[in-house]
Amino acid sequence: MAPHKTTPDYDSDDAMQDVDSMQVDSFGANERAAITDNLENMFDDDLDDEPMADASNVQKHSSGKVNMTAISDIPSANPSDPEDMLQFYSRLFPWRQLFRWLNHSELPSTDFAHREFAFTLHNEAYLRYQCYPTFETLRRDVLNLNPSRFEIGPVYSMKPRDRKQAKGSFRPIEKELVFDIDLTDYDEIRTCCSKTKICIRCWQFVTMAIKVVDVALRDDFGFQHIMWVYSGRRGAHAWVCDKKARKLDDGKRRAIAAYFEVVKGGSQSGKKVNLDRPLHPHIRRSHDILKDDFRQNILESQDPFRTEKQAERLLQLLPDRQLNEALREKWDSTIERPSSDKWKDIDALAGSGASKTIIPKVLLEHKQDIILEYTYPRLDAEVSKHLNHLLKSPFVVHPGTGKVCVPIDISKLDEFDPDDVPTVTQLLKEIDQWKNPVKKEEDGESSISRVSDIDKTSLKPYHDLFSKFVQKLLNAEKSIPTEKATKIKSEGVDF
Amino acid sequence: MLGRDAIRQQKREDRKAAYGNKLDPTASSQKTAGLPYPHRLNFYTVPPKDEVSLEEFEQWAIDRLKVLGEIETCLFRNNTPSEIDATLRKLLDKYLPLNSNSSIPESERSNPRRFVGLTNERKKDHYSHFILRLAFARSDDLRRRFTMTESILFRHRFSTDNTVERAEFMDSLQLNSEAVTDFEKVSLAEELKAVLISGSKMPAEKAGRLFEQEQYLKVEWDRVSDLVEGRKVFLRKGYAYVPNSMLLSLVMAEFSKRLDEALIKTARYLPHLDEDDRLIPILNHLSKGFTAPEYTSSTSLASLSGETITASQIDNLSSHFPLCMKNLHTSLRRDKHLRHFGRLQYGLFLKGIGLSVDEALIFWRQSFSKFTDEQFNKEYRYNIRHSYGLQGAGRNYKPYSCQQILMEHPPGTGDSHGCPYRHFSIENLTVAMGRLMGVEDRSVVNGVRQDVEAKKFHLACNRVFEYLHEKELKRKDAAAGGGGGGKETITHPNEYFDRSWGLKNPGKRGGDGGEGRVKEEDVMMA
Repeated sequence: MAPHKTTPDYDSDDAMQDVDSMQVDSFGANERAAITDNLENMFDDDLDDEPMADASNVQKHSSGKVNMTAISDIPSANPSDPEDMLQFYSRLFPWRQLFRWLNHSELPSTDFAHREFAFTLHNEAYLRYQCYPTFETLRRDVLNLNPSRFEIGPVYSMKPRDRKQAKGSFRPIEKELVFDIDLTDYDEIRTCCSKTKICIRCWQFVTMAIKVVDVALRDDFGFQHIMWVYSGRRGAHAWVCDKKARKLDDGKRRAIAAYFEVVKGGSQSGKKVNLDRPLHPHIRRSHDILKDDFRQNILESQDPFRTEKQAERLLQLLPDRQLNEALREKWDSTIERPSSDKWKDIDALAGSGASKTIIPKVLLEHKQDIILEYTYPRLDAEVSKHLNHLLKSPFVVHPGTGKVCVPIDISKLDEFDPDDVPTVTQLLKEIDQWKNPVKKEEDGESSISRVSDIDKTSLKPYHDLFSKFVQKLLNAEKSIPTEKATKIKSEGVDF
Repeated sequence: MLGRDAIRQQKREDRKAAYGNKLDPTASSQKTAGLPYPHRLNFYTVPPKDEVSLEEFEQWAIDRLKVLGEIETCLFRNNTPSEIDATLRKLLDKYLPLNSNSSIPESERSNPRRFVGLTNERKKDHYSHFILRLAFARSDDLRRRFTMTESILFRHRFSTDNTVERAEFMDSLQLNSEAVTDFEKVSLAEELKAVLISGSKMPAEKAGRLFEQEQYLKVEWDRVSDLVEGRKVFLRKGYAYVPNSMLLSLVMAEFSKRLDEALIKTARYLPHLDEDDRLIPILNHLSKGFTAPEYTSSTSLASLSGETITASQIDNLSSHFPLCMKNLHTSLRRDKHLRHFGRLQYGLFLKGIGLSVDEALIFWRQSFSKFTDEQFNKEYRYNIRHSYGLQGAGRNYKPYSCQQILMEHPPGTGDSHGCPYRHFSIENLTVAMGRLMGVEDRSVVNGVRQDVEAKKFHLACNRVFEYLHEKELKRKDAAAGGGGGGKETITHPNEYFDRSWGLKNPGKRGGDGGEGRVKEEDVMMA
């Protein structure tokens, strides 16, 4: 059942008009007028002319925003100023690649046209079920609405805007399999920061999670097109884009989510990792990956068992009462003994015969469980379970931090530092600063060899990474049609 | 002559599905070839073709419904598969017997007339299944429950089937799978063995023998997603390695998948049935008979005590809350916040006891005291109104039953929802019972511990209820002439509240809030 894929939407002109007329419906006429007004002041030229993001504009930006850039380094300044956002979406957002990514081919198809986009506006209004035949129309609407962020939902059986015309048959058909890692789920075990704060030390939780999930998705489930995206503040998203992943129903998504779930239970559950032995090969592999990280990222960097109260938590997770008493005694005499020493004490005391009841195998298993409890990915499973869950688009600006949700290069995962991710203000400044030296030679024909805005900024490597990912995905999709064609053919015979 | 049009509609659809899967049920082997139902088991891929009388149409459907209804009751009581099997064995003999080919002596099997009895049983099984499809295809909820109960019925029959006949039946299904070669099996021995014996605490020697005897099939992982879900199989490059001993799971997955798809197709053809005024009333009646026991909040405290509940009364009323709600209430007071599923579980419960939407907004606003008005309005207001059906889909959500709380959305880190009897460690549960409910009596605590170990979570909750209302229950018992009333098992948090409130305030209401509900359950079981 994939007929929606076969007829590309050729009459995009009509469709565009359609979008425009719908726009008035979905948006208060007054507000709209206000925004267009504002827009027309900023852009007197045609918005669709992407590469021409021109001097007049930049001029305006640099002259009108001198104050803005000056205070952009002060953390209290609004990190996602609506005008900066508008500049970003008009000049730096990779619209074409986004389209190719979601459309799975160069020709406009229903994969893109039936895809839901949802906008959160600056006044907190939330617009769902928006859809666009091409990236130009999507781009134009984003520039019109100037949302504080937008999200991507599933591909539906029909245009999401038309959903009310069809009773019952409107339903989600496919969406990438997604994962969400958020550091708030680690609050009870991270010691360096809490809530929305984040630093390179607790970012390691995300790094560890990505390592474990990525390898399992590839080696166990056989997926190949996995894109990791920084979520803009304190986490990361995975988009698994293989055709097979996109077509999974809720039950199968739930199965994958459960396959990954190891740390279980709420705040009252006590020991949160309780695994059957022998370990499942996936857990065994995860443990092998994580055990060195545990030493470095947890024991040394997070030092989670330093205080007496924290150490008590560690003891709760250990199996043997006599051993615990010996440990407690030792730790009482050395206040705030570092976690890595305490961890070593466990084996040392167990080996020295401090407990007569200890079973080495049980102790080992409990230590493995503890390592996993402190390092194994804590995924927000609800996000992965549902076909119709919306997820923030890559390259959107996080409204709280101003940081761009950039893809993460998995081959250099350990080098990724959320602190290095450019903010929208910084990117606009980079364009400005780049512009000046060129301007001097500008009298001749040099304007022909224009440099695109993206190339002037530190967003470029991320953009290239995304393009490469999309190209690989498209190449893979191209090889599928033969398979699909034969399938359709055989179905045809059967019917 | 009855149901012909309707069933024919579906027939066309389903035949496509059947042949699309290269499945021809009439092509079978050996002696039973040529019979309309060569196998005892049926995957229900081909709709009935013959005429049935109106009486048969209704009677067969009702008989099957009784079986499915009982299965649902078993699930609701959290019965184990073996308990369900025991229940079904008796019930099926009475309503839906299905004998195997081997029930006919070998020497007489060449005589088709000996098969008439079997054929009739199988025909009834076949037709009643399809009639109920028509009745239960109409909504998501009915479809889900139909697939679930039918799957359990199928599992029961599959596991009680004669091994030879079961193998023949399996062959007829042609599941897409590939045998794992000995070479591959040996090369993956460590991984496969780990999964095979995981959790069994089997000595190494025995494990080795078991593994040697085991044969594996390789299937795409999503065909056995329930095995993947429980990490019961080894996965590599998108393939699951399924040991023969787990084939049941593969068959079950296939059964429910095909049934789900067929039901959705049936649903699309339902409008065509509207013209048939003989069928519609029967079908409507049938689907009503399959109503889940669900708490109806119409008899809420609000109307019974003669005044509305206000936000400020919740603290006092919480003495009538079951542990799960008491825990949520305490967490809310402590953290000034609850996470999503906590808000949902607790909010709907409060709605169930009669808190109006306006009072609910006041309650939550006051409770979330560390948030600003703006944050509250932005993040939470919509959801509260939504749960009262005033925003979004406009659905009037029902308070969660114990079943839902036990089965759906297990709490994650930082969550406070769920069922403490199930989701707390035993130590924390003991502390929580003492601190939140004042239950410290050793015999009660031990009883709860045993219930929890036996996974009878609702019994644990009822045990606490009975302990806390010991005096009132006795008094009521005496008043009722010692009939042992008020002993129905509580299966809904709101029922717990209603009965607790009723017992402690005997003058103000009928005294037993469970009645309305229990009757409904009886209807379903009858």
